[in-house]
Amino acid sequence: MGFFAFAWSILPDLLHATRMTLWITSGSIVLGFLVGIFLALGRVYGPRPIRWLTGGYIQFFRGTPLLVQLLVVYYGLPPYLASLGIQISPLAAAIIGLGLNSAAYQAEYFRGAVQSIQSGQMMAARSVGLSRVRAIRYVILPQALRLVIPSWSNELIYSIKYSSLAYFVSLTELTFVGKKIALHTARTFETYVVVAAIYLVIVLIVSRLLWMLEQRARIPGLGVPTEHR
Amino acid sequence: MNEQHPSRSDGAILRVEGLHKSYGDNHVLRGVSMQMRRGETVVVIGPSGTGKSTLLRCINQLSVPDRGRVWLGDREITCKKQNINCLRAEIGFVFQNFNLFTHLTALANVRIGPMKVKGLKKAAATELAMDELARVGLSDKADAYPAELSGGQQQRVSIARALAMSPQLMLFDEPTSALDPELIGEVLDVMVSLAKEGMTMLVVSHEMGFARSVSDSIIFMEGGVILEQGPPEEFFTAPKEERTRVFLSKITELYGE
Ligand SMILES: Nc1ncnc2c1ncn2[C@@H]1O[C@H](COP(=O)(O)OP(=O)(O)OP(=O)(O)O)[C@@H](O)[C@H]1O
Ligand SMILES: [Mg+2]
Repeated sequence: MGFFAFAWSILPDLLHATRMTLWITSGSIVLGFLVGIFLALGRVYGPRPIRWLTGGYIQFFRGTPLLVQLLVVYYGLPPYLASLGIQISPLAAAIIGLGLNSAAYQAEYFRGAVQSIQSGQMMAARSVGLSRVRAIRYVILPQALRLVIPSWSNELIYSIKYSSLAYFVSLTELTFVGKKIALHTARTFETYVVVAAIYLVIVLIVSRLLWMLEQRARIPGLGVPTEHR
Repeated sequence: MNEQHPSRSDGAILRVEGLHKSYGDNHVLRGVSMQMRRGETVVVIGPSGTGKSTLLRCINQLSVPDRGRVWLGDREITCKKQNINCLRAEIGFVFQNFNLFTHLTALANVRIGPMKVKGLKKAAATELAMDELARVGLSDKADAYPAELSGGQQQRVSIARALAMSPQLMLFDEPTSALDPELIGEVLDVMVSLAKEGMTMLVVSHEMGFARSVSDSIIFMEGGVILEQGPPEEFFTAPKEERTRVFLSKITELYGE
């Protein structure tokens, strides 16, 4: 069997596994986004203990190997939750592990964006009578989220690739199924070429979508250096 | 001055008593007291770094003063129990560098206060915002983003943003000093007509023409205190303090008459 015929024959199984990869990625990126925003806001606007805690969280998750974090969550969390009467699936455990890690990185991107906004924006928001929380919600975040798109895109692309670590917690995602096929057919090299190609296509599509999002969200004078003054 | 110890109940809209503010070792405000009646325009002048901006920010608590009290009408702004957001909504603030919300159009900049602070519906807030934009002559720029406006236009939008909250008092911190000379006039025109309509305005500015023709009273600040205050005729022709005289002659040199 030639390469293309072989690739064609394993494609259905790999595409099926790709769905799991997409679930893991989207779950962890969304969880990381939500947790990351609160971490970043806590780090910038919180009182000292909150700043300290969020800083510690970020340091911890950026300072230890992702795989170790994943294994800790996968083997540590379910028994603990079971003792509370809560069952979680391996998929949920993977999403939580990868998501909590992603949150630390996303938080740093958000923090950078929030801190790059001129202090006058907050002052003006307060001067019209907006509370701090509302000023953050209506003035700071809409700007920060636009500014963060380029660096956040990197995080999303990383998390597509890191989803393959879920293989270690035996989720049947793309890399895991690829490995099984490689063992089974003994055509290791060709199998992994097809697997890599699928990752590449996902990344290219996602990059394109993010680029379109960036264009749509663009506002004159925000993010690009202003020409006057 | 005779205004140093304002008495309680003579209808002052703004009353400031013994305001002190330090940044670290830098004792910026060293006991500032003043008051304003409804409809008055008061211009504050003084050398750079003397605490003029700090005074304005302490009045609406954008900076929290260390000591002293501020009243808006008969409500004490400095009182911890007051909802500061409600009081701030009644005090317009116009910044030297405009500080328009970068991500919002002119219309949305003016509308955000009425909608998110006062809880107006979008349609009503839009109508109100369009009225305020018309008032500063910018109806045709409603959909422009701040970066697409000239400095003068941005400052007029920021005045409209403040006006949309129907403030009892407007604070202006050097509203024209970031502007190219040819754009100053359009902003001053708006301020003059506001003063004529009876808005109460406290204006930090070195536009002496404006001070002379529009203000009811001029305050000279130096070293964190009010050195002299008086109506413009008196203030310009016969300043009491030597320091005021020196400063006025410097200003005339710098900016012309
Ligand atoms: N947020 C701040 N933190 C620390 N120091 C500050 C802060 N704001 C003002 N200062 C200091 O307080 C002093 C008074 O500043 P302020 O801006 O009130 O002066 P000003 O009279 O408005 O001067 P200018 O004419 O230059 O605007 C200055 O020495 C300034 O460096
Ligand atoms: Mg100033």
